This record gives sequence, C-alpha cells and structure tokens, in this order.
Amino acid sequence: MADVFLSNVTKKFGSITAVNDVSMHVEDGSFVVLLGPTGAGKTTTLRLIAGLETPDGGDIRIGDHSVVGYTPAQRNVAMVFQQYSLYPHMSVRDNLSFPLRSPILKTPEAEIKRKVQDVAEVLHIAHKLDNKATALSGGEMQRVSIGRALVREPSVYLMDEPLSSLDAKLRSDLRIELKRIQASLGATILYVTHDQIEAMTMATHVGVLDKGGLVQFGSPREIYESPKSIYVAGRLGQPRINLLPADIFAGAPSGATTIGLRPEHIRQGEGKPAEVVRVEHLGDQSRLHLTMDGHAIVTLTDPHTALEPGERIAIQPRDALYFDADGARIV
Amino acid sequence: MSGFSVTEPSRGQKWIAGILVVTYALVTLLPLLWIIATGFKSPSDAIAYPPKAVFEPTLEGYVNLFTTRTRQTPDYLAENPPETWYDEIVRKYDMVVVGPSRYGERFLNSIIIGFGSTFLSVFLGTLAAYAFSRYKVPLKDDLLFFILSTRMMPPIAVAIPIFLMFRSLGLSDTHAGMILLYTAVNLSLAVWLLKGFIDEIPREYEEAALIDGYTRFQAFYKVVLPQAATGIASTAIFCLIFAWNEYAFAVLLTSGTAQTAPPFIPTIIGVGGQDWPAVAAGATLFLLPVMVFTILLRKHLLRGITFGAVRK
Repeated sequence: MADVFLSNVTKKFGSITAVNDVSMHVEDGSFVVLLGPTGAGKTTTLRLIAGLETPDGGDIRIGDHSVVGYTPAQRNVAMVFQQYSLYPHMSVRDNLSFPLRSPILKTPEAEIKRKVQDVAEVLHIAHKLDNKATALSGGEMQRVSIGRALVREPSVYLMDEPLSSLDAKLRSDLRIELKRIQASLGATILYVTHDQIEAMTMATHVGVLDKGGLVQFGSPREIYESPKSIYVAGRLGQPRINLLPADIFAGAPSGATTIGLRPEHIRQGEGKPAEVVRVEHLGDQSRLHLTMDGHAIVTLTDPHTALEPGERIAIQPRDALYFDADGARIV
Repeated sequence: MSGFSVTEPSRGQKWIAGILVVTYALVTLLPLLWIIATGFKSPSDAIAYPPKAVFEPTLEGYVNLFTTRTRQTPDYLAENPPETWYDEIVRKYDMVVVGPSRYGERFLNSIIIGFGSTFLSVFLGTLAAYAFSRYKVPLKDDLLFFILSTRMMPPIAVAIPIFLMFRSLGLSDTHAGMILLYTAVNLSLAVWLLKGFIDEIPREYEEAALIDGYTRFQAFYKVVLPQAATGIASTAIFCLIFAWNEYAFAVLLTSGTAQTAPPFIPTIIGVGGQDWPAVAAGATLFLLPVMVFTILLRKHLLRGITFGAVRK
C-alpha cells in the first residue's frame, strides 16, 4: 500500500477538459471517495492513476516515484470497472487467478488456489468458482470483478462505482464488507460513486469534483457540515439541502443571497409561519413538505406527528449555511 | 446488446418455414448430389437420358481419376492377368493401369496453397485489424478505404501485370507465388471482416488485463484473440473458399509444379472421350477439405459467446 499524489493533473479530450488542474493526496490506508455527477471527471481521474490515460499536464506519484510514463502493469494498481469486465472465455476461477498469473506476480499455483478461495468466500461466490463467467447473474459478475482486484495486494485499489449495478441488500452487505476489508488490510482505496450513502459510510476522505476540478477535499463530516459552496452542499444530504433566498428569514449576513438549510437545521414551533403541503411517514421519521412565500421546504419531524396538509406551523433556521451570489460559502 | 422477444410460432408458420427450408435445401443440394452420384456411375450411366436415379455404383470414375491407362492388344491382356482390383476395373475397356495420375499432386498443391494463404491472410489480417481497431493510425480511414478499394475490381483485371511481375520475379508456377497472390487478394477482406469483429470486443477487457499486470501484446493474445475466435474462424472459411476455388489465376500462373486442382480437373475430360465420372469424382473429393474445415470451425461460427459479460 502506498500514498498517491496528484499534482496539478490535467486531461483534455479534444476541446473538453475532463480533469482540470486536480491536486490531491490519497494517504496510505485511507478510503477516498470521489463524488460528483456524470462528467465531473471522476472516472477519468481513476484512469489517469491506473495508467489507462496519459495526463496532458501535472504529475502523478504512487509511493515515492512519479508513475507518469509507466504502463498500468508497472504501476501495480488494481481496478474495478463500472462495467464488470469479466473475461467471458474463462471460468470464474480463471478470472480471479488471472492477475496472480501475470508475468509481474507469477504466483505459485498452490498460493493462487488459496487466495482465490479466500476471496471467493468473502464475496460469497465460492460455489460458483467453476462456472463460466458468462453464466453468472449481474450481482455475481460484479462480485467476481471486485474479487479480481482483492486477490492482489496493489499499491492502491481503484474502484469505479463497483456497487452501482447491485440490488439494495447486496449493496449494503458489500459496503460493510469493503469497509471491513479496507480496515483489516490497511488498503488504500480510491472509490468513485455518486451514491452519498456509500460516500458517508465508507470514506475517510471525500473529494467533490465539478466539471473536472476538485472543489473540496475533506472528511465526510467536513464536507457535510461545512461545504465550501452550494454545489458541494447539494452533493450530500438526503433529503437535499433546502436552498432559499437569504432574506426569507431575518439575520442573514451581508452579501448573502442564498440560505442553505439541511432538513435537520429547521426548528419548529417558533419563527416564520409555513404551510404543510404533504407529510411522508417513513417509520423512523416523517418528512414534512412545507411551503413558505412560494418556496418549497423539506424538513424532518416526529414519526408520530399529527400534522395534516393545510395546517400552518412556525419554523426558524438553526446553524444555517449562507452563500453569496457566486455560490461560495460565507462563514 | 439487444434482446429479441421469442414467441412460439404457430403450426401454420412452422409448416411454411419447413417447406421453405426443404425447398432451399433441395435447390442447393441437388447439384451436389448429382456430382457425387455421377462420380459413382459408369460412363454410359453418366450420360444416360433420362438420367438414372438408380444405378449400379462403380469405382471406375475414381480409378480413372487417380490413374493413367493405356489401351492394349487382346494378346497382351491375355498374357498378363490383372494384378489389382483397379486393374481389373479398367480391363473392361481393354486398358491397363500404367501409373498414377497427377490428381494427388494437384490436390496437395491446392491444400498447401489454400491453407497457406488462408493462414497468412488471417494472421496478417488479425494484426492489422487489431491495430486499426485500437490504435490511432494516421490517415486510418483513407488507409482502410485503400485496402478495400483493392477489391473493387475483379482480381483478374490485373492478370497481365501480375503475370509479368511473377515472371520477372521468378514466382510463376511456385507455391510461394500463389500463396502470396491469394493472400494479397484475401487480405483486404480479412482486415475488414476482422476489424468489425475486434471493434465489437469491448476495450474494457484489454484495459482490465493491462491493469492485471499484462503487457499490451499479452492482453491481445490472452484476452482479445480468444474472443475474436468467432471472427477469425469465419474469416478463415471465407479466405479458404476463395483460395480453394480460384481458377483464373491458377490457369494463368501455374502449370507443371504448383498447379492446383481447379485447373487440373477439366483436363481429365480430354483423355479419350468425355469421362464425366472421373471429373465428378475429382470434384467430389475437391469439395471435401472445405467441407471438413467448415464443419470443424462450425461451433466458432455461433455468435453470442460474449453475450452479457459486459453491461452496456
């Protein structure tokens, strides 16, 4: 395992700048999640580190040396692709053994057998080892694909939305499993997702990308509690943060044009009146959809609330986030 | 990948489909059956009118195909009783077998030249197609068009320049010359066909192999080649059929040494009367290698090997 450093890395595809001057330090043993919508440059960043793309500018270091100019094999990275690219002409066992048999690792067969068995058991695919790769369900293929990375001990694991094609149950199982593996191996993982639960539960660090640039890098809590911009604030939180004109409540700092209120940052009982539009009972909590001066607001309330649509309640912000006209946070 | 909804055809549809398939099979197979049957007929049965569907099979055609014979006087025949079963067959016509014909040699030439050029076409074609499919080749589209354009005229249009070139290069009537020529003609087809197949193999497989610790070339032969097997097999069949059946260049450029079977078979007719059974026997045997080759590669021709392994 090793540290990974990106210094001012830029990658262009024709006129599109996919990755724009990104600098980032992925610490040894950390679990870094890259968040961002489609086209933000997350996958390109992984591919640059893997050596599948060559940067147009900047430096990439793994451990002590610059790997720009190295082949993917020389970089000793493992990657899980978003499209589970199992070799279709091989059995599951051969797929898992493939990286261990590479000219770089040349693992003895007995050790391959043991490692493959171990990984297959962790991923619950041991009973499918002798199946053809094409005779698996989507979820099984994705697990084999993850397994092909896990059989190795690379400098860094790169994972491109590895859980996106799995069903909810498997996804939550594997989330816990990946986190456990990462903790027990002390593995360095760079993980791309747009699922905020994955980001919040697994990451030691979150990097938020927008249009190829790294907008903020920090712990999940930091990203959630003190986002640098409206864009970052909108990436995490479910229900999403409420963004309202700053003057809707009194007390906005000068220069603020937008107030950002996370659902839990709205105190009920006093303040400005709002009308209840809808109540969603989720069991452990209830979501309250309100309207105030024509703006929709979502907040949380007691699971046994007796509120009905049409009723009016008073609300007031608490720990609000303020943003200026450019979307930057005002502290 | 696209999906098709499969519904059970109705009884009527099955009947119509069945009749169509049987009709088509009859139309295509009847000439073939005719050739095979004629090979086992006697010369008189072969030209009988109306044609005989039922006849007494004989190996005369095959014996005539593989042997050279001379007519002898009754005295000579009486003194020398036939020694072999094939000698006995030709005695009917007051002939004796004096040696083998050149059919075996010609057939072997066909095999060497046909399979040699097929191997070379597919080998070079696969490498070129992979490069065109995966690398940034300058002027790629123009080069591909140029390669295809070599097929836009009938090959025989360049017969005279090729004849002259072969003569001055000493390639006339050599196996190497014919292999080169057929490879040159087949290569454009091979590159285009194989490029199509390789384009369909997702790059993710090679990228995965690169990251799994393999070099580009290892990724090519461990991951791309096995998946291109279908394309390689069908390309090989196309190339072999062309090289195997080619007649015009073979007539023009070969004679004593490297002559293939196609220009040889018609020459059988000329040896004393029209020996249709021998011609038919030669044609029947000539069909076999391509048939066997196609049957052997049949399972690779079935598509769908990679179905579902990459999510699209």
